Amino acid sequence: MKIDWAALGSVFGVSLVVTVALVGLFTLGIAGLSRQEKASAQGSSAALALTGAYACFAACAAAVGYGIYLIVA
Amino acid sequence: MENFSLILAIVVVTALAFDFTNGFHDTANAMATTISTGALKPKVAVAMSAALNLVGAFLSVEVANTISKGLVDETGIRPEVIFAALVGAILWNLLTWLVGLPSSSSHALMGGLIGATIASAGFGAVHGDALVTKVLIPAIAAPLVAGIAALLATRLTYTLGKKADGNAAKKGYRAGQIASAGLVSLAHGTNDAQKTMGIITLALVAGGTLAPDSDPPMWVILSAGLAIALGTYLGGWRIIRTMGKGLTDLQPQQGFAAQTSAATVILASSHLGFSLSTTHSVSGAVMGAGLGRKGGVVRWSTATRMFVAWGLTLPAAALVGALAEYVTGFGAWGTTLVAIFLVASSVAIWKISRREVVDHTNVNESDEPAGVVTTAMAAVTVPPAGSTATEDLAATIPAPSSEPAPSQATV
Repeated sequence: MKIDWAALGSVFGVSLVVTVALVGLFTLGIAGLSRQEKASAQGSSAALALTGAYACFAACAAAVGYGIYLIVA
Repeated sequence: MENFSLILAIVVVTALAFDFTNGFHDTANAMATTISTGALKPKVAVAMSAALNLVGAFLSVEVANTISKGLVDETGIRPEVIFAALVGAILWNLLTWLVGLPSSSSHALMGGLIGATIASAGFGAVHGDALVTKVLIPAIAAPLVAGIAALLATRLTYTLGKKADGNAAKKGYRAGQIASAGLVSLAHGTNDAQKTMGIITLALVAGGTLAPDSDPPMWVILSAGLAIALGTYLGGWRIIRTMGKGLTDLQPQQGFAAQTSAATVILASSHLGFSLSTTHSVSGAVMGAGLGRKGGVVRWSTATRMFVAWGLTLPAAALVGALAEYVTGFGAWGTTLVAIFLVASSVAIWKISRREVVDHTNVNESDEPAGVVTTAMAAVTVPPAGSTATEDLAATIPAPSSEPAPSQATV
């Protein structure tokens, strides 16, 4: 019996890293948006936070796109 | 389709029925977290999942033939064997749905196939190695991998998002959950609808209607996609309730972390060649997310029941599959008997389920109703009781043997 430990290990590693990275990025994006929301409520703006937020969401969207590519391919 | 025999027609219909149960059994995988955290309204969630399952069914035909490959000897597989396997898988799916436990539809199908093959060709026809590497190890690995990933992701999102609140955060987590649930639905459509296509194609080849090594015909792809989408839309609300509310109480952050982890694990595993069960991954992810929040609890009694059901899935489906194959061995009347038994027990299970209706209106009520659900759960909790229940069901097979004397020709 041959158990493909390498494949299992890479599934484990990739899943862990990708999940944590994606959730982290997305949360940063949300935090950025939230900061902008607060800032605009006080009349100022947080352009940097907003730009960062959009960058994070773009990265997440790219990951979702890659996921769809994997499903189709 | 000239030599489309009766048994072949029965197999195709049964395979579509399995596909249907697969759909409503696995709605929970994609949508339980989204529904329980309120990101989507229950009906909207299942409709979206159904649409994506249908789309997924058309995306590729890659997986279509993999379910049976390697696990049992394909040479000499007869349509009756496939029929018997499907009977085992459907009954197990319905039974676990009745008690509201998520279990792998793929394992049920493999179990049925293994049991039917053993009854038909003996133990030698089953590859034990493949059983361990394709079934046992993934069943242990999937919840662990998805659970640990979800646990860390939940911790991270609570830490990073400490200051995030208000509308932006609410909308953000909602969108994130919907996106990851959509990915899971799509992946499910490509995987599970194709398993049924593979089964039907295998039966058509075995019955001599299709040439070996053909791709699934268009009507097979279409009907399999529709069956799974319809099943998904009807929604296995009992299982959704267990997954979304029964295992742990989920907040939007946890739902997002769990669903992202599950989607990643499913895609990574199928892409890297170590296929993991969707059900096991999602359940593991939900539990991981439950443990990841400060003060979050996992209801281990529910989890234990679920683990027991996972352990029983393969042997129980195999037992029913073997018995069904044994009875179909008696010829046309045997096959008819099994078909009648399948329909009768499905109706019976549905009738029992009506005593304690769970649907989109009460799917988020966490209190477990006593009565039929609890008693049925008790039957599954204790392995010996569970197997007697299956035997009792099976023991009713010979009962109506006197009345049907069908004259249909088989094969």
